[in-house]
Amino acid sequence: MEADKPRKTTAAASRRQFLLDSARMACGVGLLGIGIGLYAKQAKALPPLALRPPGAQAEQGFLGACVRCGLCVRDCPYDILSLAKPEEPVATGTPYFVARQLPCEMCEDIPCVKACPTGALDHQLTDINKAKMGLAVLVDQENCLNFLGLRCDICYRVCPVIDKAITLEQQLNARTGKHALFIPVVHSDACTGCGKCEKACPLEAAAIKVYPTELAKGEPGKHYRFGWVEKDKAGGSLVAPDVEHRYNLPEGQRYESGRGLNPDAGSEAAPGTQPAVPRALQGGKL
Amino acid sequence: MSIERIGAEAVAAKGWLAAHKWLLLRRVSQISILALFLLGPLAGVWIVKGNLTFSYTLDVLPLTDPYILLQTLLTRHLPEMKAFVGAAIVLALYLLVGGRVFCSWVCPVNLVTDAAGWLRQRLGIKGGAHISRRTRYWILAMTLVLALATGTIAWELVNPVSMLHRGLIFGMGAGWTVILAIFLFDLFVTNDGWCGRLCPAGAFYSLIGKVSLLRTVAVRRSACNDCMDCFVVCPEPQVIRPALKGIDGAGPVILAANCTNCGRCIDVCSKDVFAFGTRFGNKVAKVSQPAQGMKPAACK
Repeated sequence: MEADKPRKTTAAASRRQFLLDSARMACGVGLLGIGIGLYAKQAKALPPLALRPPGAQAEQGFLGACVRCGLCVRDCPYDILSLAKPEEPVATGTPYFVARQLPCEMCEDIPCVKACPTGALDHQLTDINKAKMGLAVLVDQENCLNFLGLRCDICYRVCPVIDKAITLEQQLNARTGKHALFIPVVHSDACTGCGKCEKACPLEAAAIKVYPTELAKGEPGKHYRFGWVEKDKAGGSLVAPDVEHRYNLPEGQRYESGRGLNPDAGSEAAPGTQPAVPRALQGGKL
Repeated sequence: MSIERIGAEAVAAKGWLAAHKWLLLRRVSQISILALFLLGPLAGVWIVKGNLTFSYTLDVLPLTDPYILLQTLLTRHLPEMKAFVGAAIVLALYLLVGGRVFCSWVCPVNLVTDAAGWLRQRLGIKGGAHISRRTRYWILAMTLVLALATGTIAWELVNPVSMLHRGLIFGMGAGWTVILAIFLFDLFVTNDGWCGRLCPAGAFYSLIGKVSLLRTVAVRRSACNDCMDCFVVCPEPQVIRPALKGIDGAGPVILAANCTNCGRCIDVCSKDVFAFGTRFGNKVAKVSQPAQGMKPAACK
């Protein structure tokens, strides 16, 4: 009995010591972990100017999938990608490019995606025209030369998906009253976010910029229904029989039930010949 | 300085070269692995692409760091097959040569911390903060929890090991500050501070080292003259005692997970007590010990 007592106290003391040591470790390392965790949360916010290579998953998934090996950087034939250094505002070691400095050349065989060993760059992407690295936005309508009535058109001309990702839409130049404006309009279904337009914009700071898609795009409310879309779907008016408009129509146009405004038969060329010519070159036919 | 240099006895007994054999081989290994990676970006000779987290050699051999693969899996991402094949090759390799062989023969941070350790000894800096060698396992667990909780490989944001290796190959930037901090930490705060106490990659590889084949063995432990040089030179001195002194009937094979198979104890021993062997040499030696005149106390 007497001999048992000290052993018991030693066991209790060592258990106490063990718990104390464990608590010390858990608290110290936990503190470090919270610091890194909060930093990781910040690091998820990719700055708008940094673009991921083609096929990159959304930022959250990408930062779990990318092992920072740099094989995409190595296999990019144009040396466009670089791995983020610790002081840069992109998650350390991950690949990115800045369109204004060097845009993606959109290689047809997409070597960067093929090189990725983890699928952080999605191997399902085999057609570079389907890449979504971001979305071009004409952010500055005040300084864009085309908006000022000049025929700059550079963004339109350098676009690898010419006449699909950016089209020029003709408007009246209200300043002169007799000239046209050719407004570059980006179409999100065709834009790959390669950044060629941003790189080529001749302004001191680009008027057109590529932003991450979720920043660049709006989204209508889920409950929105557009009358003309619904009408198309239903094959006819859903509210009341379409009334045929006959008065105050634009010159040379007539209103057809179900089709809307149409040129008078015989007054223009046959509509079937239009799509072969880029929209910008169709003159007043927009 | 009046303190006799570690290994002076060995140098006297075996000559300088024999007393530095494994150290030199290790430096050759560390530098040539780094050189292979640097040959591409510096000389345009692409034998190896990538870095230590994943590399592709001659466009056929994938090598993946299993530790980062584990973190990726914890973020709930399923990588391509190539990453798994690479990790399997690396795991198989370290199961053969010893888990923490990564630390002593491959990892570039070892050059930094060894330099700090060498300077610490030359300057006679003693003591410092007490940080348990078990801390690294807590940090390892923390990095895995972080991957699970944040869904990103959070540790890679700050990991000095990949930061140094990736930095040397792809551009260092401010990464130098982290490496300098580790050097100063090992120099002034505590000995073997980063590699021996904190690094979670080392902790991960030590888990492989629990069962790996190649081992440092105290084959001629009866010849030990208690000069203590091996304990002083060893980056994980706690691993030596059981095998060298036969604590609790332990055989001569160093079975502790954290032995890095660096071979420094082999170099520094004037009595050639240590040699490389396999983990299976343990029982045979135990039987043959009494015949060699070992103290019976060591054999239980």
